[in-house]
Amino acid sequence: MVKLKRFICRFYVAIIMIFLYAPILVLVVSSFNNSISRVVWDGFTLKWYSEMFRSTLIKDSLNNTIILAFVSALVSTILGLLASIGIDAMHKREYSFVMAITNIPMLNADIVTGIAMMLFIIRFMPLGFNSILLAHITFNIPYVILNIMPRFNQMDVSIFEAARDLGAGPVYSFFKVILPELIPGIIAGFFMALTMSMDDFVITYFTKGAGVNTLSTMIYAQLRKGIQPTMYALSTVIFFVTLILLIIVNVLSARGSRTEVKR
Amino acid sequence: MTKRKYVSLPYLIWMIAFIVLPLVFVGYYAFTAKDGAFTLTNIFAILDPLHRKAMILSILLALICTVVCFLVAYPLALVLRYINFTNKGLVIVILILPMWMNSILRILALQMILNKNGILNMILSRFSIGPFEMLNTRGAIIFGMVYDFLPYMILPIYNAVMDIDADLLDAASDLGASKPTRLFKIILPLSKPGIISGITMVFIPALTSFVIPDVLGGGKIQLIGNVIEQEFVTSMNWHLGAGLSFALLIFVIIGLLFTQRQETKEKESNVW
Repeated sequence: MVKLKRFICRFYVAIIMIFLYAPILVLVVSSFNNSISRVVWDGFTLKWYSEMFRSTLIKDSLNNTIILAFVSALVSTILGLLASIGIDAMHKREYSFVMAITNIPMLNADIVTGIAMMLFIIRFMPLGFNSILLAHITFNIPYVILNIMPRFNQMDVSIFEAARDLGAGPVYSFFKVILPELIPGIIAGFFMALTMSMDDFVITYFTKGAGVNTLSTMIYAQLRKGIQPTMYALSTVIFFVTLILLIIVNVLSARGSRTEVKR
Repeated sequence: MTKRKYVSLPYLIWMIAFIVLPLVFVGYYAFTAKDGAFTLTNIFAILDPLHRKAMILSILLALICTVVCFLVAYPLALVLRYINFTNKGLVIVILILPMWMNSILRILALQMILNKNGILNMILSRFSIGPFEMLNTRGAIIFGMVYDFLPYMILPIYNAVMDIDADLLDAASDLGASKPTRLFKIILPLSKPGIISGITMVFIPALTSFVIPDVLGGGKIQLIGNVIEQEFVTSMNWHLGAGLSFALLIFVIIGLLFTQRQETKEKESNVW
């Protein structure tokens, strides 16, 4: 009886995993399929991959996606770090006010956030690459703050005080004592911002100018025209890149918590 | 130490410029006509038969999607607590990994599966069933939403269920509580915060989604997200689009207030 119950439980987990992964598996398999028609297997091929690398459309949108991801992650990490340092010193009322603003982009519907930023930005500059960059930095910062703030709460204040007692200036002790403690949170926040930026579609769609594409908006445009197998090849590459990024983040955060346990 | 808080000024200025002011702009466009005169017609346009139908359908599909996600995710969380997997962390990473995959790509994959000459119909035809027209239906949209948002329901519920102290359950069974009693009197109430944040994280994206109905509904089924998108991208009527977004925002806020109220209630009842 217990065995049967265990079996049913494992079966349930397996079913959900199949539900979640079957579509991705279909994409990966199709990217190696010789036939353009979607379902019939017509032999193994890498031609969609070579076609993918030759396509300027894909190359341009990939470039945009990568530059956007890295620049927005970098800027939002710096702003988010400064914000966290300041927020940590705030009193309760200021703290809840700032955190309420921080929560807006995370709770609000993406479509409203995207439209709002578009209506605002278009007043001051034409939509294009830069408007997407501004939007991406904006929705990334809250995620950086969410990753850094808990580090402050776990921090041992007495180490900082000890450094000050021993004659270190506030700036020096910040770089020597506080910053090293924050590093795992900063790196995790940076990578989270990176994945958020690469994954975003809705906000990019509304803040982008004509002719500028990220991978998401490019695939969406292709999707409406009728999709090419090169898109499957691209999806496969993106999936495995995301996978590797996630493993890095997980290893980093696991290492971070391990050093804590040691202390 | 008090001077330190001013370090966050650049962030505050940034957020006021790119989050608060843009929302004020939506409000401005929503309450004005093209000539700049004050009007309420853009807001009340949500009551037009066409828009009202889209709004009601959006709420309905989002509710169904939320309920289905909950009914799938809750047993999963219980099962994950019950089975002692050797590496629980790995299991949960595997379950939420698809969440990090580009959402457009996941929807594309679903389109391939549900297509008339797609995988699902091919498998069914082996058993001489079908083929069915599965794309461009409400069912396809719900399926797509559940697939896309399920991990957002799993994660908070899983965390809440795993945090429940095993001693409480042991105590309950020692005192003679049956399994259903333990589920309804202990596990469910204690995992309520997780359930609420799961509902919020599924219901709001489902309510406002426009990509899923566009791709899996084939443009034939209009949800409120599609209507708003078309006002901005195709019809170029920003005032009407902003008005509808504003009306949508009201529904989002109602949803948030409802869940928030549940949460504070929960805290109060915990005191007693």
